[in-house]
Amino acid sequence: MSTIIDKSVLKEIQHKLESDYPNEGCGFLFGTDNNRVRHITQMIAVDNQSTGDQRRHFVIDPHDYLKAERYGQKNDLQLLGIFHSHPDHPAIPSTHDLEFAQPYFSYFIHSIQKGKLSGTRSYRLINGQLLEEKFSIRQSTKAH
Amino acid sequence: MITIFIPTPLRRFASEQTKVSLRAKTVAEAVQSLTSIHPALKPYLYDESDAIRKHVRLYLGEEDVREKQGIETSLKEGDELSIIPAIAGGSKSPFRGQGQWKK
Repeated sequence: MSTIIDKSVLKEIQHKLESDYPNEGCGFLFGTDNNRVRHITQMIAVDNQSTGDQRRHFVIDPHDYLKAERYGQKNDLQLLGIFHSHPDHPAIPSTHDLEFAQPYFSYFIHSIQKGKLSGTRSYRLINGQLLEEKFSIRQSTKAH
Repeated sequence: MITIFIPTPLRRFASEQTKVSLRAKTVAEAVQSLTSIHPALKPYLYDESDAIRKHVRLYLGEEDVREKQGIETSLKEGDELSIIPAIAGGSKSPFRGQGQWKK
């Protein structure tokens, strides 16, 4: 299994998460998955609904989750994962990230240092642990 | 019959089905029936004390059943129940080693 993400999607995520700084930003990842190659071709950003410290937490509204599932079905896209930022913290999953992690999803974590993206890592829940998954970046063939 | 929507992360435990149709009079009965049909879903929906996991949301249409009568909420013919995983996280308490992630 390998994971690919379009460069344009990473750029969109970067723009969104740098705009959200110093708060955490979040959203959904869509694309295709043929059990050998997972290809992320689209992102949809949503509001962080955490009622706590948004610099350290994010929460996605269940209605936004349902919308994301319906969007994937309508557009023949697979919901592949979640992205979120760690403002002024490394792109390393926290206990909080692990507590809410779902099987199958890719969890892209983006470290935003002083308002600028400084690193991106992706993780998947395997045997109760969030293990890093390597990904490659592909030049997009279409504009979003 | 009512329909239960299975979210993407749990579909692998439900024979890759997006929706499962079954007969049930309450939300509790529906989830119990679902896990009888697809037992691999059980650990993802119930905790050790057989209660619905705290990070699992159950929506009847667009409404959280917790705002109705919880799992005792009545169902009627044609209802759609959605299983929604709670999506949250954040940078608080990042792991520093301890084998929880690897490079």
